[in-house]
Amino acid sequence: MSHYNEMYEHDRVREPYARLREWVDTMPDDFRQMKQAEAEALFRRIGITFAVYGEGGDPDRLIPFDMMPRVFEQAEWRKLERGIKQRARALNAFLRDVYGRAEIVRAGRVPARLVFRNEAYEKSVVGVVPPRGVYSHIIGIDLVRTGKDEFYVLEDNCRTPSGVSYMLENREIMMRMFPQLFRQNRIEPVDQYPELLRRTLESVAPAKCDDRPTCVILTPGHFNSAYYEHSFLANLMGVELVEGQDLFVDGEFVYMRTTQGPQRVDVIYRRIDDPFLDPLCFRPDSMLGVPGLMDVYRSGGVSICSAPGAGVADDKAIYTFVPEMIRFYLGEEPLLNNVQTWTLWKDEDYRHVMANLPDLVVKEVHGSGGYGMLVGPKSTKEEIESFRKKIEADPANYIAQPTLSLSTCPTFVEQGIAPRHVDLRPFCLCGDRIELVPGGLTRVALREGSLVVNSSQGGGVKDTWVLSE
Amino acid sequence: MKLRISHETVYGYDHPIRNLVQSLRLTPSVFEGQKTHEWLIEVSGGIRGPGFRDGAGDWIEGWTVRGPTDEVSVRISGRIETRDTAGVLRGHREIIHPTTYLRDTKATRADKGLEALAAGVSEAADTLDLAHRLSAAVGEAIAYRPGVTEMHTTAAEALALGEGVCQDHAHALVAVARLRELPARYVSGYLHSTIDGESHDAAHAWAEIHVEGLGWVGFDAANRCCPDERYVRLGSGLDAVDAAPIRGVAMGNGAERLDVAVQVEEIAQ
Repeated sequence: MSHYNEMYEHDRVREPYARLREWVDTMPDDFRQMKQAEAEALFRRIGITFAVYGEGGDPDRLIPFDMMPRVFEQAEWRKLERGIKQRARALNAFLRDVYGRAEIVRAGRVPARLVFRNEAYEKSVVGVVPPRGVYSHIIGIDLVRTGKDEFYVLEDNCRTPSGVSYMLENREIMMRMFPQLFRQNRIEPVDQYPELLRRTLESVAPAKCDDRPTCVILTPGHFNSAYYEHSFLANLMGVELVEGQDLFVDGEFVYMRTTQGPQRVDVIYRRIDDPFLDPLCFRPDSMLGVPGLMDVYRSGGVSICSAPGAGVADDKAIYTFVPEMIRFYLGEEPLLNNVQTWTLWKDEDYRHVMANLPDLVVKEVHGSGGYGMLVGPKSTKEEIESFRKKIEADPANYIAQPTLSLSTCPTFVEQGIAPRHVDLRPFCLCGDRIELVPGGLTRVALREGSLVVNSSQGGGVKDTWVLSE
Repeated sequence: MKLRISHETVYGYDHPIRNLVQSLRLTPSVFEGQKTHEWLIEVSGGIRGPGFRDGAGDWIEGWTVRGPTDEVSVRISGRIETRDTAGVLRGHREIIHPTTYLRDTKATRADKGLEALAAGVSEAADTLDLAHRLSAAVGEAIAYRPGVTEMHTTAAEALALGEGVCQDHAHALVAVARLRELPARYVSGYLHSTIDGESHDAAHAWAEIHVEGLGWVGFDAANRCCPDERYVRLGSGLDAVDAAPIRGVAMGNGAERLDVAVQVEEIAQ
């Protein structure tokens, strides 16, 4: 399989990579090693050691940082941006719809079963329309590239996608270590993200809020693998980082305990999952949430980002219908491709997948982190056969996709640079406007030939550049 | 039937509690079978919080008690006029799609016993007939006997015991109906006790099954009937916890005592 190498056009180095190529070629070996050690020390000092996307594993492990940036030209990015924003609009329209009249189900375009029997579909918020009709305020869309103009969406993350702190830290560290690169290249900034996030949250304050909205970040606590990101964002946004016990409901509103007495809270950017938000509405045994929060939310006293129930839009089974959502709600053709997906609970798909396992990627419907998946072309006969048995036992738990020829980017290895496979997660903000900072988190599979970019399986991260015109 | 209802729930605490937050589903449903003339909710020392009608058509009201206090009472008093609609929840405004009620919860999760009970009910002429048969089968399988089950008993456990109270009957019926692919839910409310000498709790629970063409229809497996004018409907959920008339959490530790008194009386014409 031949892979698209983002640095080259035929045999020539592409314009956006020209200066970087020169930078690498003239870099002395010992300088490189010194800088790599410096980067690691910086990451450690900052304390950014959490696992991305809840992948599990050792929370104190450092995710390898690759100093070679990934570069997009302005025109490439513009195209991606349009596709991402289009998708974000459709996903929110879908959420608005399925918690309202569910026209898309009535029209027979999405099966009722996949929506109403979905575990992430929250019965308690049916009929609740959050401010500006936005349910998912931060959407992380995972993309891979397979050719010069070919991008595919692997999955949408509508609940509480993590990883944005890496986008910001990778840039920060690159600028600190290689200021000259940022003079030589005109790179779009990403450090406005915290301010944009704060503006997005403020823009969805409830109608009952008549002052400048008070926003907080609600974290499950320091034992959570993404706690660093929660405190990092709170710090940069200038808002309080709170745990459930710091908030309480009194009358019609939610308050935060402060040294100056209770302060009303208008917008909660929560990084805890729906079932733990409120023991009076969801799991009665949850200690992480705020008792009574859902009653206040449902009566318009506070906004919760993402809105409870938003997860129904990013399920792997619902994913196959996103292009349909774009046509149905926006009357547009999708600008970004979905990966062809076979759903194994359909007989026809099941037969096709079982006959072609060695060529396919098979994933668990609710799996994440690169676990519980089969990459056919990279697996042994035994691995394939043992996975086949797992599928036979519970076909409805799996989906399958063709093995994509992921693009590669130049990456530092022992000897100079070499191509390694990458993906991209940009973070789209939805409030009164839809905003996307030019960049995102690029993950790279550091092992030669590997297609798995997850940090738990040998993945690293890179700074992602979008060049100005 | 004109009914007067008084319902008092008193929570006593060994150590004073603070910041009690409650979510109350304690207001009669609005549908053709019920017309509420007067309804008063009072929580001692409480502040009325948000009130709203949810997607299932239930009126929900939040209350907070700042405390500290060692006793909190929730008092309901009201007058309501009921009419027999043969169990059909006619004229009830709700927007949740019925198939949402096909998913199970811990309390209604199927086991071999429930599966056998559901499978043992023969194919019926239509859905309504099937629902009646399922209700009858649950009534047969679980005898009414207070004291053998408790709040957290699941449908599967009650069926294995063969005994239980209205909560267990409702859970079991919800479970077997879902096994037959019929959307089903748990309903909480009141029952005007008849003077037949049997001890019926005035606080009551039953099940509703969705029947294509008719909508939601109530089935009281415990009393082997469909709700009529003796029943007052408050709200519904996937199971007893989800449909609970009172959910609350307070700050404080120490034991909690609970006293409940419910009276449903017919008002003389």
